[in-house]
Amino acid sequence: MIVAQRKPFAEIKEMLQGYNKVLNVGCGTCVSVCLTGGEKEVAVLNTELEMARRLDDDPIDIQGHTIERQCDREYLAELDSIIEEGKFDALMSMACGVGIQFLAERYPLIPTFPAVDTSGLAVNQTVGWYEERCRSCSQCVLGFTGGICPITMCAKRLLNGPCGGTNKGSCEISNDQPCAWFRIWERLSGQGRLDSIKKINTTRGWKDQAPRNLMQPGYKKPEKMVK
Amino acid sequence: MRLTYPTNIKILRVPCTGKVDVMYMLRCFQEGADGVYCVGCLEGNCHYNEGNLQCRERVNHIHDLLEEIGIEGDRVRMYNLSSGEGPTFAKFAQEMTEHILSLGPNPLKAKPRKVAAPA
Ligand code: SF4
Ligand code: SF4
Ligand code: FES
Repeated sequence: MIVAQRKPFAEIKEMLQGYNKVLNVGCGTCVSVCLTGGEKEVAVLNTELEMARRLDDDPIDIQGHTIERQCDREYLAELDSIIEEGKFDALMSMACGVGIQFLAERYPLIPTFPAVDTSGLAVNQTVGWYEERCRSCSQCVLGFTGGICPITMCAKRLLNGPCGGTNKGSCEISNDQPCAWFRIWERLSGQGRLDSIKKINTTRGWKDQAPRNLMQPGYKKPEKMVK
Repeated sequence: MRLTYPTNIKILRVPCTGKVDVMYMLRCFQEGADGVYCVGCLEGNCHYNEGNLQCRERVNHIHDLLEEIGIEGDRVRMYNLSSGEGPTFAKFAQEMTEHILSLGPNPLKAKPRKVAAPA
């Protein structure tokens, strides 16, 4: 799942300075599950903003609406009438970066602001704790690493074993951070598959450094959307 | 026991302090409450195991939210006692009331809202 963290309140407040009627749009999927941008978090942030602006003698009319998914046109459409009738002078989004951009694109004449910092693809370890597991690198290596991702877990993104900083199972960046390559070695030795990391991996494509598009085989872009 | 405690306190009963949501507390302050405190069972004695520990976390969180907004975070507090301790309950009520009186009223009280309905 995509995880995000709410931006510091001061940053959000600063972005909305000068805007007096704002719609804060939550997303009911990933960011709801990670307790950052769902219906409840919209209510908390709106309440905070309402109180803070009132204290500043600069009251704001801030409304909230949470849709199922901000990365889907079908769900965004539900906002059309609300936004048209509401005459908002700004929008704010609590979805991930994808959702924020899709919202901004649908209403290009209204300034749209992000209320969260999108911070990765993570697993839910326990309520409130999310651990990053994938950097969506477009070239998955989990097959030879025993299902442990060194692109995410290794601070140096190494592909041919640990660096000199590996420290009794921890990474040199922190004792709390496990060394990816120590874990990989452990997992593969348990499976009797250490051979799988003995071959040298050469350079990577760094496919995630350029914008990516996914077009599934058997599908094509509709004519009207081709630039 | 005919104990007295300050009459300006409004008691909201919940099955366990674990039920107290961040929005409940925030809304109290938005509506003009001068202070909010949660009274839970002693730590280690919650009937739902960790309700009071979760509540303490939320109280700490509200403390930080209030500070961010520009209101004294110390207007929200957490207390613990066992259900047999009436006098302690009265003592906490007294203590909280004195503490809030020393801080003065919620600064939002005097400020007009932009729209009548809450956000
Ligand atoms: S907008 Fe982002 S957070 Fe919401 S469903 Fe889509 S991917 Fe998940
Ligand atoms: S190698 Fe790691 S970052 Fe790349 S796709 Fe696989 S899990 Fe994700
Ligand atoms: S039962 Fe949970 S605090 Fe009392």
